[in-house]
Amino acid sequence: MEALRAYLALVGFGENGWGKALLTATAMTCAVAVAGFLTGSIIGTLVAWAKLSRSPLLRGFGTTYTTVLRGIPDLLVIYLLYFGGSAALGTVAGFFSSDGFIGMPAFVTGMLAIGIVSGAYQAEVLRGAFLATPRGEIEAAKAVGMRAGTMLRRIVAPLVLRLALPGLGNTWQLVLKETALISVTGLVELLRQSQIAAGSTRRPFEFYFTAILLYLAITWVSTLLFRRAEDRTMRGLRRAA
Amino acid sequence: MDPIFMWETFKVLLGGLPLTLNLAATSVLIGGVLGLLLALGALAGGRPARAFVAAYVFVFRGSPLLVQIFLIYYGLGQFRPALQAMGLWGILREPYWCAIIALSLNTAAYSSEILRGGFRAVTIQQIEAGRACGMSGLLLMRRIVMPIALRHALPAYGNEIILMVKATALASIITLMEVTGLAGKLIAETFRAVEVFVVAGAIYLSLNFALSWALSRLEHRLTPHLRPRPVPFAKVSPHA
Repeated sequence: MEALRAYLALVGFGENGWGKALLTATAMTCAVAVAGFLTGSIIGTLVAWAKLSRSPLLRGFGTTYTTVLRGIPDLLVIYLLYFGGSAALGTVAGFFSSDGFIGMPAFVTGMLAIGIVSGAYQAEVLRGAFLATPRGEIEAAKAVGMRAGTMLRRIVAPLVLRLALPGLGNTWQLVLKETALISVTGLVELLRQSQIAAGSTRRPFEFYFTAILLYLAITWVSTLLFRRAEDRTMRGLRRAA
Repeated sequence: MDPIFMWETFKVLLGGLPLTLNLAATSVLIGGVLGLLLALGALAGGRPARAFVAAYVFVFRGSPLLVQIFLIYYGLGQFRPALQAMGLWGILREPYWCAIIALSLNTAAYSSEILRGGFRAVTIQQIEAGRACGMSGLLLMRRIVMPIALRHALPAYGNEIILMVKATALASIITLMEVTGLAGKLIAETFRAVEVFVVAGAIYLSLNFALSWALSRLEHRLTPHLRPRPVPFAKVSPHA
């Protein structure tokens, strides 16, 4: 009981509690995950479009993109963006006669790294969903004289999203867990904040344990949300079972 | 892009490859066995066993591997006197063993779900056919259930192995100098992020290509019954 009370004081909202800091960091984790996931959706759509295009050059590019980014560790991509981006920023700043190291903003690094990696996974999900849409629906849209833009908005996008939703849900869970790696750039998200708290209180177990609980809470809530979204997009469809 | 620098980088990074392979192979082996036990527990165990496996899978798949590594490496250090008394401190103070424990426990959760799917693909007819031939218990398991289940699980399990090779990169954060660790160190020293990234990326890609090639060969070998039959040569009798 005494141990539990000490633990709750440590991670709680009292005078010496880290509760507020941990919750702010959890919000930062969610923010960088959402920003990265949306960046990844844009990249993923473009790459899926490239992989489905008739041009061999674009297809080659799309295949290379998805193969390379799914085959190398995410940490390498983060290092590339953080150090490579900082070096590039330093060069640009050099023109304006500023000197010294300019750090790439950690949030932007995280957003881009997550976007670039999850873009490869989202591209595969979207491509699979597009290939699974019934051809008849697209032919019907053409038959009633829809233009490409209208057809994309009214027919293709809703159908693809419905089929892609479970896969996108999986990618979102990957993205959430990948945000922990962004802590290496110094962005104060959940893991970095736990490291800071663990270092300052010398109670690493309590803080990493709490971090795991908070991550589980986020993944659990997002599972529920995605399930509801799936149910919603399946309205009006008869199911086999 | 400086070829001489890249060649030097390649030689440095190659020094980390044995550790990368060691971490991946050891944790896939331990995690595979644990995953098999968990899958069997979920399928054949009672209610408590099923609940335990479900909770295990939820925790290890729902939180980032890096936090799991930190909890084991830094978190357990807090209980040093107790661990010393149990004789476990010798293992838990080594970053190598902490990485192996975290990677194995993590992949066990994913493997158990993959294997559970494989076991569920064994149809009741196949089991009945085995029983009709007089097999039961371990013999049925070894000859019928396991081969069908493992064959079914192989493609997804192959993906998990490749994910594990990528996951070993996280061990670099607890000071293990495998390929990514050496790459990060080189980038921080030289600030030539692009060149080092290209070389390190190429090492991981070739490793994963080799792995997926080997896995597809294995899958091909294990599924002769799914391939179209070779067209037999027409028998031409010389005397006809």
